[in-house]
Amino acid sequence: MSETCIYIARSSGIAARALAGEMMVMNSVDSTFFTLNPVATAIFQAADGRTPLRDIVRDRVCEQFDVDPEQAQADAEQFVAELSGHGILLVSNQPLASGAPL
Amino acid sequence: MAAPRTVACVEIGGIPIALSTSDEGFLDLLRQRYDGFLSSSPPEFELEFDLTSTGPASDDDVRVRREGDEWLIKRGDFRARWDSRTGRGSVRQNANPYSLDSVLRILHSLILAQRGGFLLHAASVICDGRAYLFSGVSGAGKTTMTRLAPEDITLLTDEISYLRPNAEGYSAFGTPFAGELAQAGENCAAPVSALFFLEQGPENRVDEMSSAEAVRRLMRNILFFAEDHGLVEKLLATACDFAARVPIRRLTFYPDARVWEEVRNFARNFAANLQEVPERV
Repeated sequence: MSETCIYIARSSGIAARALAGEMMVMNSVDSTFFTLNPVATAIFQAADGRTPLRDIVRDRVCEQFDVDPEQAQADAEQFVAELSGHGILLVSNQPLASGAPL
Repeated sequence: MAAPRTVACVEIGGIPIALSTSDEGFLDLLRQRYDGFLSSSPPEFELEFDLTSTGPASDDDVRVRREGDEWLIKRGDFRARWDSRTGRGSVRQNANPYSLDSVLRILHSLILAQRGGFLLHAASVICDGRAYLFSGVSGAGKTTMTRLAPEDITLLTDEISYLRPNAEGYSAFGTPFAGELAQAGENCAAPVSALFFLEQGPENRVDEMSSAEAVRRLMRNILFFAEDHGLVEKLLATACDFAARVPIRRLTFYPDARVWEEVRNFARNFAANLQEVPERV
């Protein structure tokens, strides 16, 4: 698990819609399309640029889903890395400007 | 002195676009290719074509980006500019008909996205006055479904379906954009009764899909090229609206004519169930 504090924010270049508990996300630049499962949706919705990822996992994931905290943190970091690679999330060691509104 | 231009107005999906060229050969090609979609309606939009040397259509990725009111569209075999405010644009391409098709499809995808419609990688037909759409990956059976269709159906397209919102849901329009069938659709329209995502299997069956799965598969089959945040947001909203207003099902089918009984049964049962819903007091 990473010891560094990670902040995440939704990119302004995306369109997103929640439908039946899943988040549909489309990147405006390359039209790539993603659907997020409920856990990933909880992280995505909480990506305000100010709340550390570990707090999001603790308050939004572990509170709402029956998951092992360490496993949840590791999965969250992998998910964040993947979405940042596609330009969906911005990631920084410092707080970011607010994520794009939903 | 510049050679005089001749105009042919091509109306697809109820949107007349004037295409002008000074090349008689290209004009003939255009008239033959879009025969059945030529129109005398006043054009809503205009495109001027200038030809480069003849060459094949390109497999390069297309880029569609916006600069102010102007859209810049670029692929290996054509470059186009189109001003969405004035509705006028210009195209520089070779005389390849596939390049011409691509330019028109992209332009229509931009116009439709602004109007709450879209182009879908799907076959569509009119059966008993209602339109049915059959979508899926290449090889899933779009053209096969149209080949197996009974004689009384009207072909709208075996490749690119044209969808616009109406008061009750969505309408499907015929297009000249043909796939393996190599046959243009009829220039007519009907309200959409259902969209089926095709899978081939040992028997015919229709299965429900979750709304999220329906939107996911819909988005993967919509033709859209623009790098534009506003239009992408609009398109995603349209896909969600379509999924809410049009029944979307998975159709597993064995490729023989009996699959059409399954489609007709679904339509009859769905219509009957709608009529049985009691009115709210």
